[in-house]
Amino acid sequence: MHVVFVYICLLALTAFIVLPLGWMVTAALKPDNVPVFTFPPEWFPTEYFNFGTFVDALTQPNEPYGRYALNSLLLASLNIIGAVLSNSLIAFAFARLNFRGKDVLFAIVLATMLLPAPVLLIPQFLLFFNIGWYGTVDGFPAGYLPLIVPAFTGNPFFIFLLRQYMRTIPKDLDEAARIDGASNWTIYWRIILPLSVPALVVVGVFTFLGVWNDFFGPLLYLDDANWFTVPLALAREVTTVGTEWNIVMAATLVAMLPPLIVYAFSQNKLMGGIASVGIRG
Amino acid sequence: MAMQLGDQGARGEQLSEGAVAAPLAAMSGGTPERGAATRSEERTAYIFLAPWFAGFIFFLLIPLGWAVWLSFTDEQLFRSGQFVGFENYARAFTDDPSFYKALQVTLTWIVIAVPLFLISGLLVALLLNQKVRGMGFFRTVLYVPAVLSGVAIAVLWFTLLNSDLGAVNQFLRSIGIEDPPNWFQDPDVALWGVAIMGLWGVGTNAIIYLAGLQNIPPDLYEAAGMDGAGPWQKFRHITLPMLSPTMFFLFIGELTAALVIIGPVIVISGAGGAAGPADSLLFYMLLLYRRGFVEGQMGYAAALAWILTVIGLLLVWVTFKLEKRFVFYQA
Repeated sequence: MHVVFVYICLLALTAFIVLPLGWMVTAALKPDNVPVFTFPPEWFPTEYFNFGTFVDALTQPNEPYGRYALNSLLLASLNIIGAVLSNSLIAFAFARLNFRGKDVLFAIVLATMLLPAPVLLIPQFLLFFNIGWYGTVDGFPAGYLPLIVPAFTGNPFFIFLLRQYMRTIPKDLDEAARIDGASNWTIYWRIILPLSVPALVVVGVFTFLGVWNDFFGPLLYLDDANWFTVPLALAREVTTVGTEWNIVMAATLVAMLPPLIVYAFSQNKLMGGIASVGIRG
Repeated sequence: MAMQLGDQGARGEQLSEGAVAAPLAAMSGGTPERGAATRSEERTAYIFLAPWFAGFIFFLLIPLGWAVWLSFTDEQLFRSGQFVGFENYARAFTDDPSFYKALQVTLTWIVIAVPLFLISGLLVALLLNQKVRGMGFFRTVLYVPAVLSGVAIAVLWFTLLNSDLGAVNQFLRSIGIEDPPNWFQDPDVALWGVAIMGLWGVGTNAIIYLAGLQNIPPDLYEAAGMDGAGPWQKFRHITLPMLSPTMFFLFIGELTAALVIIGPVIVISGAGGAAGPADSLLFYMLLLYRRGFVEGQMGYAAALAWILTVIGLLLVWVTFKLEKRFVFYQA
């Protein structure tokens, strides 16, 4: 009896999560001349399987979501490289090296998590705007720089996560390598970095999700549709008149699919990585 | 190991001037000598930290100082400003009718969103903590919205909640509800539309609660069971106190998130910064965006940001004051 009640609740909850997605897929699979909004609503595709809508959404000349997806991927890749390199370097110093002021500096790193984002919004924008990191300059997307460069300066949450992870790697490894004449750079690059891969995957995945889903950054710094990201283009399209809803729903699916795929593949490592940090830390 | 620690202690006074010069010296290629192992280690450490120092100075410290200055100027997007004293702050409280509307909308949102997301997350976590087959699948599905783009979620839900044609109202009509809510067309209901959209992401809080639930030692429940406690008493006297630190953490998170909400609304409102019928969705950050980036009044927007920060600090301070009364920490 108890089990039946639990399953009823679970199924209701699952329906609440899945049915909106089902409606979206149904709408996206309809050809142009079929009404998207029906009475009663269709929660699952039964009649139409027109994959051409996706081709249209990806290639249509006025809103080419294929191009936007490549833009988003470019930003995400550069951010992942920046985040993995910078955060691992910084975390290595805090986890494995001795230097004066270490505890104070680490406290400052953690304290920066508490800085109020709204306050930084205006001056950061003006800073980038005034040095020309905005919009498009001679065909070069200068507005990408504020969306990429900060990733190369580390992020307090990732620094903390990686430092906790690196502290669990036995110190004997460093000592042995040091006796063999290895420099700190070699120890970082050859020993600690390869052993930190599970935590680095967590950093990479969170960075990907953050950048792919980011809307506010691109909204502030990009002005040329050629360089738009998927969320920015999607938000613009729904506010223009004469929207074709099957195309919009296909584009929404394009925006959702990469995070879903990443989630599907990294779920274990993601939860494992977070859990190990929590337990060992 | 012991020797190394000893070295470090002696070196403390010896090298008080070297901190700034050290990174430069190391970059010019000074080879590490055995005796100066810790000194070279210190240089390396500062080089490793160089990216963080750069970001800290250029992207945090300078903007933070500038934000204070800006809020006392009439800076515009294309024109640098003059010092105007407290004029921006005075304007917010006396000469910008939208300011009070934005405060009212944001505080109403806090009153709706914080309890709603805290309680729904807890209920879902209790459900996900049941021992039945296939639970892994349900947990995975429930967390899906947490990884999706906020814009995509907003577009989807604004479509679903369209008052005439949206799937939600069509469904409500099909089960006999003649006059379903007009959601984003009705100023009295618009915030609840945003709340439903937020409920779709209930999995995020549920997973955090779930970790808290699984950390409660089972023998507490066994002991209570032997003393004759029923399910409700176990929940009230074991689960709730043991979860209260998690709840406190989530409370602070939801509170600050509710204060700075802007995302879903700016999607429908577009870059122009409109805010739903009768400004019913004029969140504080949307007003800040409108004044700063749409109208270009950077100085005034900076002042708005500081006012919001002070309100946020006050709310968090009150929360920490109440912590001792409501949060139970295991000895």
